Amino acid sequence: MQLTGAEILLECLMEQGVDTVFGYPGGAVLNIYDALAKYPHTIRHILPSHEQGAAHAADGYARATGKVGVCLATSGPGATNLVTGIATAYMDSVPLVAITGNVPSPLLGKDSFQEVDITGITMPITKHNFIVKDVRNLASVLRKAFYIAQEGRQGPVLIDIPKDITSQQTDFRCEVPKTIPKHTGLITADAITEAIRLLQSSKQPLIYAGGGVVSSNAASDLLRFAEKVASPVVSSLMGLGGFPGNHPLFCGLIGMHGMKTSNLASSSCDLLIAVGARFSDRVVSDIKRFASSAQILHIDIDPAEINKNIHTHHHITGDIKSVLERLNVALEPLDIESKQEWLSQISSWKTQFPLSYGKSGGLKPQYIIERIHALTQGQAIITTEVGQNQIWAAQSYTYTLPRTFISSGGLGTMGYGLGASIGAQIGQPNKQVFNIAGDGSFRMNCNELATAVEYELPIIIVILNNHALGMVRQWQDLFYDKRYSQTTLTRSTDFVKLAEAYGALGLNLTRIEDVDTVLTQALEYSGTVVVNCEIDRDDKVFPIVPPGAAIEDVITEDS
Amino acid sequence: MNRQILSVLVDNQSGVLSRVAGLFSRRGYNIDSLSVGETEDPDVSRMTIVARGDDATLEQIKKQLNKLIDVIKVVTLEPGDSVYRELLLVKVQTAAGNRASISEIVDIFRAKIIDVAPQSMTVELTGDESKVNAFAQLMQPYGIIEIVRTGLTALQRGDKDIKN
Repeated sequence: MQLTGAEILLECLMEQGVDTVFGYPGGAVLNIYDALAKYPHTIRHILPSHEQGAAHAADGYARATGKVGVCLATSGPGATNLVTGIATAYMDSVPLVAITGNVPSPLLGKDSFQEVDITGITMPITKHNFIVKDVRNLASVLRKAFYIAQEGRQGPVLIDIPKDITSQQTDFRCEVPKTIPKHTGLITADAITEAIRLLQSSKQPLIYAGGGVVSSNAASDLLRFAEKVASPVVSSLMGLGGFPGNHPLFCGLIGMHGMKTSNLASSSCDLLIAVGARFSDRVVSDIKRFASSAQILHIDIDPAEINKNIHTHHHITGDIKSVLERLNVALEPLDIESKQEWLSQISSWKTQFPLSYGKSGGLKPQYIIERIHALTQGQAIITTEVGQNQIWAAQSYTYTLPRTFISSGGLGTMGYGLGASIGAQIGQPNKQVFNIAGDGSFRMNCNELATAVEYELPIIIVILNNHALGMVRQWQDLFYDKRYSQTTLTRSTDFVKLAEAYGALGLNLTRIEDVDTVLTQALEYSGTVVVNCEIDRDDKVFPIVPPGAAIEDVITEDS
Repeated sequence: MNRQILSVLVDNQSGVLSRVAGLFSRRGYNIDSLSVGETEDPDVSRMTIVARGDDATLEQIKKQLNKLIDVIKVVTLEPGDSVYRELLLVKVQTAAGNRASISEIVDIFRAKIIDVAPQSMTVELTGDESKVNAFAQLMQPYGIIEIVRTGLTALQRGDKDIKN
């Protein structure tokens, strides 16, 4: 059948099972929006306040559901506004398809109005990108884009479509999407045998779980694996939820803000089993002193991660879930007895170095998050902004389910959380979504409150308001002789009134004894809520590893 | 620092050169030369990349290249097992008395004079890097006006080809 490029685009989205698109209209995408008006029942379009919000929402949607997130923007500034969102998705390996309009083909390369070379700009932050210069290639490019976004290590793909392509007609035939193959070709019998040998000879194993566990849906396999090996488990920020946080083998976060137990364990283990993790600088700190007494067994889908940041002794390259399934089948019951000493060492560290925070001095951010956990029975989806709010949210909430902690781990994008919470809530309408924010991060993209209210999303935004750019201020406090350069926010923004102006419910929380009352009020409200929590400017995130130190030299609350 | 010669088959798409070049620059990989051209299949181009780095970096370069969607295959060309060539064009100053001596060197190197002007001569030479370097050095005393080199290009020796 003869269809226009715009119609082909929408047909291809439906072919891929896309039901939601986060987008913003503009001149170069007029034809697409015109066609969209003909498909209102099949594709739900969410209109944010800003294209950055669209990109973060598509990303949050993808992380919460495991499906591909789709965002759409016009040429020029529309496209560049997606860039931070695309880079965020790239760093955290999130499957995203970003579609941008561009000026008509004859105007390309002439500095036309709202023209930008978005494929050039996004080359280093996408898995791949395309510009479509012939309408006959449009359908195949879209199909490839969805395939690439999901195949292997997931990531964002951008498709740039000049305006004339969306109005030209060509023949279109619907196709069944290509199945996404699991990467299993390199999971050889030898690789499994060698891994089993290492696991069997280890007396002090440690599993370091990363975001790959979540993205390959391998949480249950990891649980089985850890129990079979009787190995303690630590997690990167991206790995949270990939292993039950309330399990006796779980030690918590590792790295810069890791639990002391996790960090000590990494220095003492004789075998470190990295599962879908990439030894980022935020985890390893001083690479020379990281896990220096351990053999390293690295399991990852991306061959380029092996030996990239750290030298590994053995690796298995492939889909995490498939690798763990194979290992679980091959693993004979291990000699648990020989690990007793190690496991009791871990548990004594846990008792000795619990997550602690000063209980005096008013409303504590950690306590608020603990109560959110209690009041939602740990069933909520938590999105975060970036900074102290992010780490408190990571540490003080016990994540037991994958895809319930959604945070910008690699890029560290302030302003990510609100957009992400919108996408997560739309993708998981039956879940309670919280966005844990700081006042600085919230102010960056708070315009998306308008979106949450418009679509009647019952998101609860908890602003941990310390009137400061808290994480940077904390670094200035600890490592820059308390020179608080530009991090004290003496703004008079009234977040409650701001919430009300957007049509949300605004609540103030100032006293520790009101935490449950206010949170309950927020949970009972049917729409979007902003809870402004007045916390102390000098509350800090602990533990913290000073820059350049080995991770066992972690500073805790009491040190 | 070791040197590695990579032969890379890529989809002949617009932007593929900048994807490859961008990968080297953003990850801080050292590149000595890069040459590219169409292959027997017009949809496929072949790049010869001379890169430098320690073993770990060279391993990363190959892995990162393999992640690019437009990259079809990456092969390391081992020195003993491959033939290398580079093309040099050099424009040398000529004076009344030295044309003959330049021409003599050109003959020894099996190079070719491809343009002669009142005060200059342009010479073409192909060879491996050391031959090209040696020739350029010998031209130096006459006064090199300009010089252009294509960068190394290479194939495996024998019946093998990159696809097998």
